[in-house]
Amino acid sequence: MNPDASAVDALTDTVSAVFMVVGALMSLAAAVGLLRFPDLMSRMHAATKPQVLGLFLLLAAVGLQLRTWWVWPALFVAWIFQVLTVPVSAHMVGRAGYRTKHLHKELLTADELEAVVLKSADKKAADLRAKGNGRMPGEKRKTDDDGGSSVSV
Amino acid sequence: MSRRRISLRQELPLLVWLVFVWGALWQDFSPGNLLFGALIAVVVARLFYLPPVELGGRFSVLRAVPFAIVFLGKVVAASFQVLYLAVARGPKVTNAVVAVQLRSHSDLMVTATGHVISLIPGSLVVEVDRSTSTLYIHGLNVRNGEDIVNLRKEVRDTEAALIRIMGTKHELAALQQEVGA
Repeated sequence: MNPDASAVDALTDTVSAVFMVVGALMSLAAAVGLLRFPDLMSRMHAATKPQVLGLFLLLAAVGLQLRTWWVWPALFVAWIFQVLTVPVSAHMVGRAGYRTKHLHKELLTADELEAVVLKSADKKAADLRAKGNGRMPGEKRKTDDDGGSSVSV
Repeated sequence: MSRRRISLRQELPLLVWLVFVWGALWQDFSPGNLLFGALIAVVVARLFYLPPVELGGRFSVLRAVPFAIVFLGKVVAASFQVLYLAVARGPKVTNAVVAVQLRSHSDLMVTATGHVISLIPGSLVVEVDRSTSTLYIHGLNVRNGEDIVNLRKEVRDTEAALIRIMGTKHELAALQQEVGA
């Protein structure tokens, strides 16, 4: 047996072993975070992020172990789609969670979105009321100009 | 057709990506398979028309490679930070929702910045105000005003790096003026 080849083999085995253990640790981090964090938003951090790294490490380990070049493009595509979709789903859940008040306000040190959402909700309610009474919006209560903000409720 | 035509040059990144996915799925990168894939990519791009992504018209590989490495490093560091927070702090962790005004108004830049920021654990985009290109970001473990300033700076720095990679010439000039000032 060629000693050179076995040395390379041992190295890839070691690297993929480390990758798999760390990748599994990241999945564990996500699980612990889900259990320990207090509200939906901080749980989203745990549920979506360490797992991206965990998947990357596990896919890399698979690629190293299979030792065929043609799995790499497939693994790369799998990871890229994960990277593209994870922030979108996290954003959608976070956005819905914020609006349905699934968060602990007392744990926020600052909330710069609350004022914008409240203002936009006020405006919408006023518009609805005005429409219901057949009056023009802003006749009864003075609607403040929100500076062209498009945050919707 | 009333739709704005998009040039082949603008569509090329999409077509190259589609051909790559085709090759990866078949696990076959022979010329014949790629040619057939390219044919299907063109047909798909023509039939299922999507609004064109307005690219900046430039892409700096020299800046993209270090950015990718720094990005991976940040993901690793921040993943361990989330692990530590989950185990050590748990229910007592404090957060904040921070508004960050971006420089660029292009959809591509706002989306790319939001994606990169969301992928680095510890920050999550809750809301996007497209008209003023403001991102509202939920930050994990933000304890005081100093942390808020740091978070805002990190988002702005990420955007600056992305502008250097693929922003328009106009955005790049504005950025350089800002840095120089």
